Amino acid sequence: MLTIKDLHARVEEKTIIKGLNLEIKPGEVHAIMGPNGAGKSTLGYVLSGRDGYEVEQGEVNFNGANLLDMEVEERAQAGLFLAFQYPVEIPGVSNMEFMKESVNAMRKARGEDELSSAEFLKMAKEACKQVNLPLDFLKRGVNEGFSGGEKKRNEIMQLIMLKPKLAILDESDSGLDVDALQVVANGVNSQRDGERSFIVVTHYQRLLDFIEPDYVHILAQGKIVKSGGPELAKEVEASGYAWLGQADEGEKA
Amino acid sequence: MSEQIDQALARKYDAGFVSEIESETFPKGLDEDVIRRLSAIKGEPEWMLEWRLKAYRTWLKQTEPEWAHVDYPKIDYQDISYYSAPKSMKDKPKSLDEVDPELLRTYEKLGIPLHEQEMLAGVAVDAVFDSVSVVTTFREKLEEAGVIFCPISEALHKYPDLVKKYLGTVVPRGDNYFAALNSAVFTDGSFVYIPKGVRCPMELSTYFRINEQNTGQFERTLIVAEEGSYVSYLEGCTAPQRDENQLHAAVVELVALDDAEIKYSTVQNWYPGDENGKGGIYNFVTKRGLCEKNAKISWTQVETGSAVTWKYPSCILKGDNSVGEFYSVALTRGKQQADTGTKMIHLGKNTKSTIISKGISAGYSNNAYRGLVRMGPGAEGARNFTECDSLLIGDKCGAHTFPYIESSNPSAIVEHEATTSKVSDDQLFLCQQRGLDPEKAVSMIVNGFCKEVFRELPMEFAVEAGKLLEISLEGSVG
Repeated sequence: MLTIKDLHARVEEKTIIKGLNLEIKPGEVHAIMGPNGAGKSTLGYVLSGRDGYEVEQGEVNFNGANLLDMEVEERAQAGLFLAFQYPVEIPGVSNMEFMKESVNAMRKARGEDELSSAEFLKMAKEACKQVNLPLDFLKRGVNEGFSGGEKKRNEIMQLIMLKPKLAILDESDSGLDVDALQVVANGVNSQRDGERSFIVVTHYQRLLDFIEPDYVHILAQGKIVKSGGPELAKEVEASGYAWLGQADEGEKA
Repeated sequence: MSEQIDQALARKYDAGFVSEIESETFPKGLDEDVIRRLSAIKGEPEWMLEWRLKAYRTWLKQTEPEWAHVDYPKIDYQDISYYSAPKSMKDKPKSLDEVDPELLRTYEKLGIPLHEQEMLAGVAVDAVFDSVSVVTTFREKLEEAGVIFCPISEALHKYPDLVKKYLGTVVPRGDNYFAALNSAVFTDGSFVYIPKGVRCPMELSTYFRINEQNTGQFERTLIVAEEGSYVSYLEGCTAPQRDENQLHAAVVELVALDDAEIKYSTVQNWYPGDENGKGGIYNFVTKRGLCEKNAKISWTQVETGSAVTWKYPSCILKGDNSVGEFYSVALTRGKQQADTGTKMIHLGKNTKSTIISKGISAGYSNNAYRGLVRMGPGAEGARNFTECDSLLIGDKCGAHTFPYIESSNPSAIVEHEATTSKVSDDQLFLCQQRGLDPEKAVSMIVNGFCKEVFRELPMEFAVEAGKLLEISLEGSVG
């Protein structure tokens, strides 16, 4: 599904990712944990091709294609999804319009017919229900005036509707209470079908109680310093990141 | 296509056609004699000629306004031809094959059906054609309701008293430099009359009329809504109108008598010039409406064209409880310049006005909102609400807001809100990450920004306006 080899990337003048390797097979869930400033969010942005995130060296292969050669929207159309930590507002554009354009852009890229309004509405209503959002949510402007929890659930709703091959969840647990966390986790779990893969980026072990990973990686100073099974996450919870020999700086990546 | 026309016109002039009736275009230049000839060709009544001449004499004493936030080379008014007769059917393209393919490509993107494309492109429509019966049905329906909708030149013959009664009552012939020029030399335009208590059975559109006759660059439109009547009027079409002339100085006058309502919507997409700012239309337009008691006038405009725009559709709220509205989307790109806005003149008691202006600037363009809200001494309890939002795309463009507020009545309330925002990288990235290409993303963000105004447009117009923005934004990202 995804193979990252010796990836180095920088934001402006600062190199953040320094020699990262990762291999993800279909159906696998990989958790990436690490202290603040380790490069967790940067990894998601680099993989999705955001402007200003420059790859210095390395290779990324996504289902046989060179991911780094593709435009942002081409990567998305190829099945790469990023659930944002802080989704931005688009005033005046309803969730419904936005998602209809999005779903149809993906379908078009796959050579499928666009959905009719009725078909789309049916799909949107189901997704809405799955993440416990009221239906009038679809009529509201994209992320406009949404609470933190609503924004996160909205991201998961988009994930459910777009059915990507690989979803990167960027701290989808931050700022959520236990109930909301459960909703987010259920949404993600409902999409686990043995084919679809996930990268779950999180600072805390908490989310992993609800979304059980196959592998856990610790990211520190731009590379993966330790990999293991779910038990590694428990270890982190018990001992923090201090064992990495660096302070938990509290700097945002 | 306009090049072909230019060439054709130039050829005829070179060939020395001087006969007043047969020649299609007057030689360049403007003096009283030109106005007399123009009036004579149109067979106008004597009073109309006098009116034109008075306007011309006023114009001579006026100077071109320079206060607008626009910059363009001085116009040589003697270098313009002031009369161009409708081209005869035989000179029109015989089929779409003869029409500029670029124009057709745009029509296609707008989703305009084929037979409408033919009409828009001025293809000679023969009797077998569907649309002829469309036009006929529509005329019959209007006549039944007693609505008059015809070219103003025709109205001068058929309904001279009505025209004489209202012409120049809202925009006096010497109102401003461009209005005076228009009053002196206007060649055609629309006349609409809605009788007392009649609700016009359909949306009136210049589109239908333009098929019959090509209008000149000095249009004059007069709409009179008698007591308790209602009309919705759509101006222009969303297709690019290639005009062989540079200067477009139109005047629109609306008269809404007691309890009447006029809704006037414009989608303007004149040629904006090339990316270096060469060519394009100078759109210097005076639009004003007069509201009597309990009357309502609503201006909605979507402006994406013209090299330079100077335009302030206004309402004089003379009658008590009258309502004025102005909803505007002005998009500039390339080297376009727009100085546009409105004037709300509150004279009557409890008059209300709402102004929603959305300016979008891209490329190297400059987009200014200029608005006046005046509360007269008699405007007891009057209210105004103004919202003025600017959206910037890229960092080479400019947005400017010039609000003027004058209040002579302490009980009047005036509210003004203004915001400036940018299409952010975060928004673009979110859209692209969800599979949209950058152009689609920007057009969606811009459409969201304009939603409050699009809501005011008649439905089919709103859809076309959205598509028009999309086309206009092409190439403004990246």
